[in-house]
Amino acid sequence: MVKINGEDKNAAGKTLAGYLASANFDPNRVAVERNGNIVPKSQYAELVLQDGDSLEIVSFVGGG
Amino acid sequence: MISNQKEWMDALIERHGKERQKRFSAATVAVCGLGGLGSNIAIALARAGIGKLILVDFDKVDLTNLHRQQYKVSQIGMDKTEALAENLREINPYIELETHTVRITVENALPLLKNTDVICEAFDHAEAKAMLTNLVLEAMPETYLVAASGMAGFGSANTVKTRRIMKRFYLCGDEVSDVNGGIGLVSSRVMLCAAHQAHMVLRILTEEFET
Repeated sequence: MVKINGEDKNAAGKTLAGYLASANFDPNRVAVERNGNIVPKSQYAELVLQDGDSLEIVSFVGGG
Repeated sequence: MISNQKEWMDALIERHGKERQKRFSAATVAVCGLGGLGSNIAIALARAGIGKLILVDFDKVDLTNLHRQQYKVSQIGMDKTEALAENLREINPYIELETHTVRITVENALPLLKNTDVICEAFDHAEAKAMLTNLVLEAMPETYLVAASGMAGFGSANTVKTRRIMKRFYLCGDEVSDVNGGIGLVSSRVMLCAAHQAHMVLRILTEEFET
């Protein structure tokens, strides 16, 4: 299981890019923290989510 | 009238305490985007006696800004950087201001924002917000970021909050109220979010982090 935004998800083995697409996140509007560190944008395609990972996906909305 | 800087500083110390004010006066804070969020953030920080603000926006003051942004009719057509600097100096004549009338991009952001203690993300577009957030967290390991997401509309004031995402990354807003959902930005709710951001900046500077 991978903890994503506080919920357990069956996402182990997926790439971060794959998970974002499957969960309908726009990759151009997110910042992703994984186990306490920011995930560089350049690693989204290769990074494979592991059992026990904890992710916080911040998905920005417009307005300011 | 204020007769000198010491008088101004003494008044701040009386309210904030000497140790806190020392940190505020020594701090450099960048405000990226000078719209409803950024103009209100900058005013709160100038009033608190932050030593130096870096103000960045490419835009000019427009009539349609006045319902929520801290500009005046007499300033329509001025660069927001220039107009806000004018307003801030009327509030705090001793603040150091650095203005950049440019659009922040991945290419130009780092030299503009170097040597800042805290960066406030105060853009309008979600993609720009994400761009700056990723850039600061990836490339500026010593700098704190206070960003905003979700402050449009007439929803409850009480859903606007500050959340710690990482030690160096704080997010203010309700995180859902998108300006593109057909609801506009309302002065009072944007000010709430800006106040959350400015307040988090002050707390970061005195190491009073959210848990």
